[in-house]
Amino acid sequence: MSKISVSELSQIQQKVEQEQALRQGQTGAGAHRMHLLICGGTGCQAAGSIAVYEALKAEIDKQGLSGEVAVVETGCNGFCALGPVMVTYPEGIFYVNLEEKDIPELVESHCKNGEPVERLFYKDPSTKKFIPHMKEIPFFALQELIALKNRSLLDAESIDEYIGRDGYKAMAKALKEMSPEDIVAEVKKSGLRGRGGAGFPTGLKWEFCQKSPGEDKFVLCNADEGDPGAFMDRSILEADPHSVVEGMVIAAKAIGANQGYVYCRAEYPLAVNRLQLAIDQAKDYGLVGENIMDTGFSFELNIYQGAGAFVCGEETALMRSIEGKRGMPRPRPPFPAVAGLWNRPTILNNVETWANIPQIIGKGGDWYASIGTEDSKGTKVFALTGHVNNIGLVEVPMGTPLRTIVYDIGGGIPKKHRKFKAVQLGGPSGGCIPQDKIDTPCEYAAIVEAGAIMGSGGMIVMDDSTCMVDMARFFMDFVQEESCGKCTPCREGTRRMLQILEKICAGEGEAGDIETLEELSATIQEASLCGLGQTGPNPVLSTLRYFRDEYEAHVFDKKCPARSCVALLEFKVDLDACKMCGLCFKNCPVDAISWKKKEPASIDLDKCIKCKTCIENCKFDAIY
Amino acid sequence: MAQTAIDIDIDEIIERYPGKPEYLIFLMQDIQAAFNYISPEALTLVCDHTGVAESQAYAVATFYNSFSLEPKGENLVQVCLGTACHLKGSGLIAENLMRSIGLDEPGTTEDLKYTVETVNCLGACALAPVAVVNEAYQPKVSSPKLMKTVKKLGDA
Repeated sequence: MSKISVSELSQIQQKVEQEQALRQGQTGAGAHRMHLLICGGTGCQAAGSIAVYEALKAEIDKQGLSGEVAVVETGCNGFCALGPVMVTYPEGIFYVNLEEKDIPELVESHCKNGEPVERLFYKDPSTKKFIPHMKEIPFFALQELIALKNRSLLDAESIDEYIGRDGYKAMAKALKEMSPEDIVAEVKKSGLRGRGGAGFPTGLKWEFCQKSPGEDKFVLCNADEGDPGAFMDRSILEADPHSVVEGMVIAAKAIGANQGYVYCRAEYPLAVNRLQLAIDQAKDYGLVGENIMDTGFSFELNIYQGAGAFVCGEETALMRSIEGKRGMPRPRPPFPAVAGLWNRPTILNNVETWANIPQIIGKGGDWYASIGTEDSKGTKVFALTGHVNNIGLVEVPMGTPLRTIVYDIGGGIPKKHRKFKAVQLGGPSGGCIPQDKIDTPCEYAAIVEAGAIMGSGGMIVMDDSTCMVDMARFFMDFVQEESCGKCTPCREGTRRMLQILEKICAGEGEAGDIETLEELSATIQEASLCGLGQTGPNPVLSTLRYFRDEYEAHVFDKKCPARSCVALLEFKVDLDACKMCGLCFKNCPVDAISWKKKEPASIDLDKCIKCKTCIENCKFDAIY
Repeated sequence: MAQTAIDIDIDEIIERYPGKPEYLIFLMQDIQAAFNYISPEALTLVCDHTGVAESQAYAVATFYNSFSLEPKGENLVQVCLGTACHLKGSGLIAENLMRSIGLDEPGTTEDLKYTVETVNCLGACALAPVAVVNEAYQPKVSSPKLMKTVKKLGDA
């Protein structure tokens, strides 16, 4: 493969666009009459999508359709809960939970005879009706895609497919037609704020770095997605790695950098592989490397695999880690825009931020700023998980109420006998938003006011079986474990807080514990060196703000109202509440429960291993 | 067995990178991947090559979760303890698994058959609770399911 020019880029684009027109519902333009796009993201692969993909190709060959029907493995589609999923074009029909054994029928009926297979359609959990078309499924219909615009529409391992979707066009524009100042001005105009969590205005960051004196500068991508319950960046890297590469080259031109790194978690092997492939392809085409598109501008890009330390998501720690050292943060200033990697001016943005850049340059900052709210521009990608029906990746305009995301897109709480309790945003640095604040719009200021942070996009829905003290303990355990140990408030303070929370969950809480937690929180927030410590107490403070009564029940009454903390449970059957259904008996893994029809269950405490399977299965809260 | 593997391959790994301090982590990652742990001998070779003091290399090796200075078991089981998995009971699943193979906490069994690790988040929350057994994702695991899978490996 040799380097391509701007005109060759548009030739590739036109050619591929014709073939891809099918995926916009237009027939007749490309070589195939039908495209089957099967998801090959981590979630779907774990659910068996590779076997389904192989079976599809084999079956299409067998039925003599390979000239007419193309099978494409895409990156993450977003609707991970129903994997493996597949979309067919031009019809736009969405198939879910595919298995190898479904394939012969599917190919014969759908591809050959034009009769879609109803039993494999998506079934709406509330109406129990099949919804055949992807665009009519509420999970997709209410989303607005910018960072995820190419999801499930292209082969993540083909640069040509990316180019077909206007890929590298914005980069060509930035390199050929725009000055560094123009690029920064456009990004500033867009109002884009860093999507990694802190929400710092991206254009401003670039401007600082652009004005920093120095020959060697660096552009970095933070793909060390460490917040538990967050998988936005993984999905973008798996589905659309070129958008990140393109964004980084544009920034490199803006600040005058010739070298960049993507710092990616080693726990994301598929993302690392696809990104490496994308970089190699871009190098082959001369879109990364020496003298890009004959503009005289050069940019080298490499992947650096993280070795497993949450604190390396902090910018100064990440840079230390690339230098081959312990990833520990250092005080700022100087900010990385002045002295970052190897003490050179550096900008670091996260994956989602980068994925927005090509479109901001391509369509203009004003276009981007027209989406969202006054305070928060554009869209935000959330990883919707926890006790919610439609687990997956969701991109919505800023300002969308949480209720819309949890109920309309997310489909609400799966277990009928459970109620919504809270939604957790921002992971270990964030907080939870309870039922009565569910109409809070997703914008930076409003979410902070409600007691959480926008964060990187983890959105965990919790039903009323969740103990909020246990959630606080969970996050504190995480922060304490991941504290790098450099500064005392974080190292020692989080340990003390964890000890108190563990004591409370074990039923050994004492009067004064809650107040001590508050006092420690204030000190840790005030005195820690980096964001990890400064925000570490947030999960405790936000649960205390809304669920103080639950803390008090643990400490004073030795009760866990959510029936979650094992030490505070007696594993007895409430005879008044028991409806004698036998579900506990049927699910007990150690046969510790005796039950007969029309008789209440009873638990043999000598056999019971306190695994809580009975409590999770009881629909009447009859085990305490 | 691991010892002979080191004799054969370690020099090749060391030569993959220039002898500069910034390649310390790259080298340790490759050694970890090849041998499942970093032996004291390997660490010394890395230090000689990169010019990093052994104390510093040790500091780096103990800082990052992915490095192990002890040999790992034949079978690696990782149980995700991310938020979504935690909500769905992964903590108990990990405890039950460890109890069933005679471990009190994450680590390696004496017979070097199993290593159990708990990991923070695999980003596969739709599959929660999720475990990874010898690199294969196990979606929506339960205690009995995971114990069965793991026991089968040990018997094989």
